[in-house]
Amino acid sequence: MTTLSPPTKDPGAAVSSRGTRAGEPGGRRRLVRALRPGPTADAGGAALYRRWWLPWLWMSPAIIGVTVFGVYPFLNTLLLSFTDAKPLGGAASFVGLDNYTRMLGDADFWLATRNSLLYAVIVVPLMVLLPLMLAVLVEKNLPGIGFFRSAFYTPVLASSVVVGLSWQWLLSDQGLVNTWLQKAHIVRSAIPFLSDSWLILLCAMGLTLWKGLGWYMIFYLAALGNVPRELHEAAAVDGAGAIRRFWHVTMPGVRTSMLLVGTLTGIGSLRVFTEIYMLGGSTGGPGGADRTLPFYIRDVALDPLTGNAGYGSAVSVALFVLTLGLTLLAQRLTKEDTA
Amino acid sequence: MTTAVKEQRTAAAAAPAGKRHLMPRWRDYGRPRELVVRYLLLLFVLGITVGPLLWQLLSSLKGVGEDVFGSNASLFPRDPTLRAYREVFDQVPVWTYIRNSVAVALLSITSQLVFSTLAGYMLSKPSWKGRGLVWVLLMASMMFPFESIMVSLFLGIRDLGLVDNVVGVWLPGFVAAINVLIMRAAFLAVPREIEDAAMLDGAGEWKRFRYLYLPSAWGAILVVTINTFISAWDDFLWPLIVLRSEDHFTLTLGLARLQSSSFGYDQRLVMAGSVISVIPVLVLFVITQRWFYKGVSSGAVKL
Repeated sequence: MTTLSPPTKDPGAAVSSRGTRAGEPGGRRRLVRALRPGPTADAGGAALYRRWWLPWLWMSPAIIGVTVFGVYPFLNTLLLSFTDAKPLGGAASFVGLDNYTRMLGDADFWLATRNSLLYAVIVVPLMVLLPLMLAVLVEKNLPGIGFFRSAFYTPVLASSVVVGLSWQWLLSDQGLVNTWLQKAHIVRSAIPFLSDSWLILLCAMGLTLWKGLGWYMIFYLAALGNVPRELHEAAAVDGAGAIRRFWHVTMPGVRTSMLLVGTLTGIGSLRVFTEIYMLGGSTGGPGGADRTLPFYIRDVALDPLTGNAGYGSAVSVALFVLTLGLTLLAQRLTKEDTA
Repeated sequence: MTTAVKEQRTAAAAAPAGKRHLMPRWRDYGRPRELVVRYLLLLFVLGITVGPLLWQLLSSLKGVGEDVFGSNASLFPRDPTLRAYREVFDQVPVWTYIRNSVAVALLSITSQLVFSTLAGYMLSKPSWKGRGLVWVLLMASMMFPFESIMVSLFLGIRDLGLVDNVVGVWLPGFVAAINVLIMRAAFLAVPREIEDAAMLDGAGEWKRFRYLYLPSAWGAILVVTINTFISAWDDFLWPLIVLRSEDHFTLTLGLARLQSSSFGYDQRLVMAGSVISVIPVLVLFVITQRWFYKGVSSGAVKL
């Protein structure tokens, strides 16, 4: 800012002071011509701003932001993955493909990949269907429906840590769920929800689903408004019950939204961290058996003593490739759908 | 909106001719059996969604003499007390946590709002050279999941000397491409004619932005504010990586730490802490509910 000369320091102020001064009509017209932004595209697409740098000045914080904290870190991750950089600094040396070969033979890496993919495979279909059913349930304007909609949204409002704490208490050996199950004589001894690695993973998935329900319900509600009512009525006249109407009218009507929800939750599943941390503890389940890829990245890269940021970067690249693959797959499905 | 209108119309049509009532009556909503099933389902889902959080709230109101866990624990506190809330403030530096969380949230909201409106405004203007390039940059930055660049981000924050510093928690999120896109879409919706008129009146770029565009886009501004607040308030993984000492912990970090080191701790205190952390979001939601829902659909721009 300080390097700019005074009259151009604040473009807005300069213009406005001139604007108020513009008693003479000639000056005003000149001003309009100079500053008019849009319609010159049909005059050859030349920039309309007399001062070409003005848009860049306004854009610069955003450009710097996404470059320094988005694009550059990614390129740097690629670079780091060929080194043995340490999280606390010090000289890093080039190690070639060592990190990648180590990764391919690393059982813990494959375990984390399996957990992340399993998460996506189980959570995505449920997250696509359950909120849609819920949206259908709250779509009709019944008395008090506004209350139900807001109430179903509350898990979205609480942070992952808070809902994680809540579930942790509910599912502990002495927790409400086990107490009730024992009182009802369904199980004799407490179910080890928080100590068996498979159960932890399943509970974490349940937590993700539970927290996302309200969000995607609202998402679907907007889409349901676009499904023609006449179709439902026609189907009802033809004798289709609620389930068949859901299958044959509602679902085709919101296909695009379903694909979008599938993509978003797929990417979200690969990013899961807090749920595992809250239910499985800071180790990520017994012996780290429930670690997801982000969890594993944090463990191998950022531990102050044993961390290897280079190896962590290689795992980060793997996570990115998985995400990219999922996005491309979803795009392809969407294209096939609209074609 | 349209569904609501349609709904009313069908409800009115369902009422017998000649006996139309202004207020819809129960039987206008459908067959009784269907209604009962609907409400039962609604109550069932209500129990599942709100139950765990409600249980947390109720348990936080229990006194020392009442069990929170085990077979003797009742659902409702027999003798509700705010003891846990007083204690948690006494025993745990909750105010410090709150201060740090508020600091991160305020920094994020301010920078996101200022920079995303400025950038979104320029991006909504049709012709200046290099627009396409900026667009590509924004899109590219949204392709990388945060978790895949966090190692590199941490090394950057370390080089800046911002480890264990609230500024380091905020910095990577000082402007997000998604918010720029949301603001751009809102500015595009402002009618051209109004801007032309303002220009004829001699309003310069800044004046038009400040007095014409910003007021027209207040809905989007609210959406960006809410989204930013929630994500800053709820963030866990990044603060966990950056922050080390308890003096700099945010609320989520403090709660998680409290729980994991809580052998001697009273669970009611952790529950009280959780309730405290939810209150600001809940208040915001009650005031601006509609815009929360708007924010959900704007999330679809993310792709």
